[in-house]
Amino acid sequence: MSHRLAHLGLALILALAAHGQQRPGARQMVRVQGGAYLPLYSGKTGKTEVKAFEMDIFPVTNADFLRFVQDYPEWSRSRIKPLFADSNYLRHWQGDLAFDPAIARSPVVNISWFAAKKYCECQGKRLPETAEWEVAAKASQTQADAGSDPAYYQYVLNWLTKPSPAVLPRVGSTFRNYFGVYDLHGLVWEWTWDFNSALSTGESRGNASLDNTLFCGGGALGSGNMTNYASFMRFAMRSSMKAKYCVPNLGFRCVK
Amino acid sequence: MKESKYHQISRIVFLFLGIVALGCGRAEQGNTRETQGEVRGEEEAILTFAPEVPPPITRDYPTKVIVKLDVIEKEMEMMDGVTYNFWTFGGQVPGKFIRVREGDQVEFHLRNDPSSKLPHNIDLHAVTGPGGGAVSTFTAPGHETQFTFTALNPGLYIYHCATAPVGMHIANGMYGLILVEPREGLPKVDREYYVCQGDFYTSGAYGESGLQSFDMEKALDEKPDYVVFNGKVGALTGDNTLKAKVGETVRLFVGNGGPSMASSFHVIGEIFDNVHVEGGTLLNHNVQTTLIPPGGSAITEFKVDVPGSFILVDHAIFRAFNKGALGILQVEGPEDKLIFSGQQDDRIYQPEGGAVQSMPSEEAKPAQPLSKEQKLELGKSLYISTCQACHQADGQGIEKAFPPLVRSDYFASDPTKVADVILHGLSGPITVNGKPYNSVMPKQTLSDQQIAAVATYVLNSFGNKGGEIRESDVARLRK
Repeated sequence: MSHRLAHLGLALILALAAHGQQRPGARQMVRVQGGAYLPLYSGKTGKTEVKAFEMDIFPVTNADFLRFVQDYPEWSRSRIKPLFADSNYLRHWQGDLAFDPAIARSPVVNISWFAAKKYCECQGKRLPETAEWEVAAKASQTQADAGSDPAYYQYVLNWLTKPSPAVLPRVGSTFRNYFGVYDLHGLVWEWTWDFNSALSTGESRGNASLDNTLFCGGGALGSGNMTNYASFMRFAMRSSMKAKYCVPNLGFRCVK
Repeated sequence: MKESKYHQISRIVFLFLGIVALGCGRAEQGNTRETQGEVRGEEEAILTFAPEVPPPITRDYPTKVIVKLDVIEKEMEMMDGVTYNFWTFGGQVPGKFIRVREGDQVEFHLRNDPSSKLPHNIDLHAVTGPGGGAVSTFTAPGHETQFTFTALNPGLYIYHCATAPVGMHIANGMYGLILVEPREGLPKVDREYYVCQGDFYTSGAYGESGLQSFDMEKALDEKPDYVVFNGKVGALTGDNTLKAKVGETVRLFVGNGGPSMASSFHVIGEIFDNVHVEGGTLLNHNVQTTLIPPGGSAITEFKVDVPGSFILVDHAIFRAFNKGALGILQVEGPEDKLIFSGQQDDRIYQPEGGAVQSMPSEEAKPAQPLSKEQKLELGKSLYISTCQACHQADGQGIEKAFPPLVRSDYFASDPTKVADVILHGLSGPITVNGKPYNSVMPKQTLSDQQIAAVATYVLNSFGNKGGEIRESDVARLRK
């Protein structure tokens, strides 16, 4: 029953794609104004300037990613190189080109960094830098920088403390922020271009002491804002990742 | 308190233990890890949820122990009607109890459930090595990590998640206990239980129903709404009480996950015969309250001599009374009236001649007599402040304890009786309006004028027949 439904949904999606009603790359983007960004582990002085950029208003959905896999079959579940994704790649799909139609508009997850990066490149876009993502995510519904709004902070924190639902909601189901971007908080984690730069030095044998800063009391050392727990959790999440990991609550969106 | 016989026996036991300990000490001197014996075989550790403890280890050699612990984030009850998004080791708070033997090689697997929102890791205080394993077990959702350590030091150790922000991971319930049994094992006892204290910081106050979220501000201020044993108010009460029988020896493995509150761990009505101080090798005896810091532990042992409910508390007692730090050990079996008699009597205690009980005569100065209206007014306010607590606002009293003043037949024929009782008090059996009473009314420290006023008020209220008591009547009664 559910299989038949899945095929039906798939057929529908294919038909939509064939008609070019929503072509890959034609996804709507909005402009995010730049600003100063203080990385969590940069001390109090290491502010970076983020230039204005365009950002997808929604995370990439399963339907979006299906079109990509059709165009680039080497990124399908059965053909992806093990170097580029672990065995959980697109695990929630029923096959290379099939998934439960109920999740067509849900964010695609179980995606490796390599696959996310490739997807964006194929749209003429790129993955956001962590600084860009964080600048966009500072915005509440009404403020470009809601860093000092306790209600906004509590909203973000509350989402972070809840386990992921079995079925992810559709994109656009959370709030639209000041820049017009949806779902930066409250839906899934998102890959960033430099997700592992917070702690990695590139010399894996040399960064042991940096790794240590993530744990226990050491986690607060070198941090510009010791009370931004939500920020700590995002950094912890990014640091726990490797580029080939595919995780059930981690998706992505593109910028340019 | 124990009988002298028990004292003698325990002294002999301690002497014996001392000799054993000395023997071990001597053996230990030349004992490096190589001589502890080669690691032989392999087994998967039995893990238990609180309050259960895995069975004692009977092996006399070290082995490879495989521990598989799952990280699960889930909404659970904090108390009846109150839920919270807990982060757990194994699916409950505290996390599963791990029991290994000194010298064991522990192959540790941390598995983070795919439904987890966050990465997690584990710092086991039993581990000698960086981060206690935290660095080696940093685990993304849907991943499993592995590392191996040798349990070098015997003792009872806390384990906890140490992912930033560490306080929040602990405050959400990520802690548990790992016991490294000494090579010679622990002395046999009849019951072993696992108790772990923790403090919680919720958006709503204690008892506020519904799903509560983590309150970072309260956490930073170290002002918890809940301080509980085993992750929930009532985890060790009602149907969940710990059980033992008279004559048995009980061992409590007690941990404190914190994150912030030190536990003044005490069992009401018991004295710990032995405490492994701070979960280590030092044994203390005859301890009332043992201090367990966050990230620390203690092993307490005691023989239960008499039946009853023995209450586990954090003796920082507001936490027990108002924040949930309460558990019960229910002991069943025959009573021993020599050790504990129970209540033997309850009688009236009425200090005589106490300053507050009698009116110094010089204060009973004659005053300007009051009119009846004035007496009723003064009497009413005196009634409210002096009489109402027992005789009630409507004068109905309380059956079997405080006689009624309503249409009272007790003083109907002799209104001065009212003044007399107020002045001298009354005890012993009486009958009022057909019902028997046998209690005590103390004499009141009121002036002649006050007594005249309140007696007049009573006579003219509650459906009584009326009348008036004069100051001079009271003065006469006083003599």
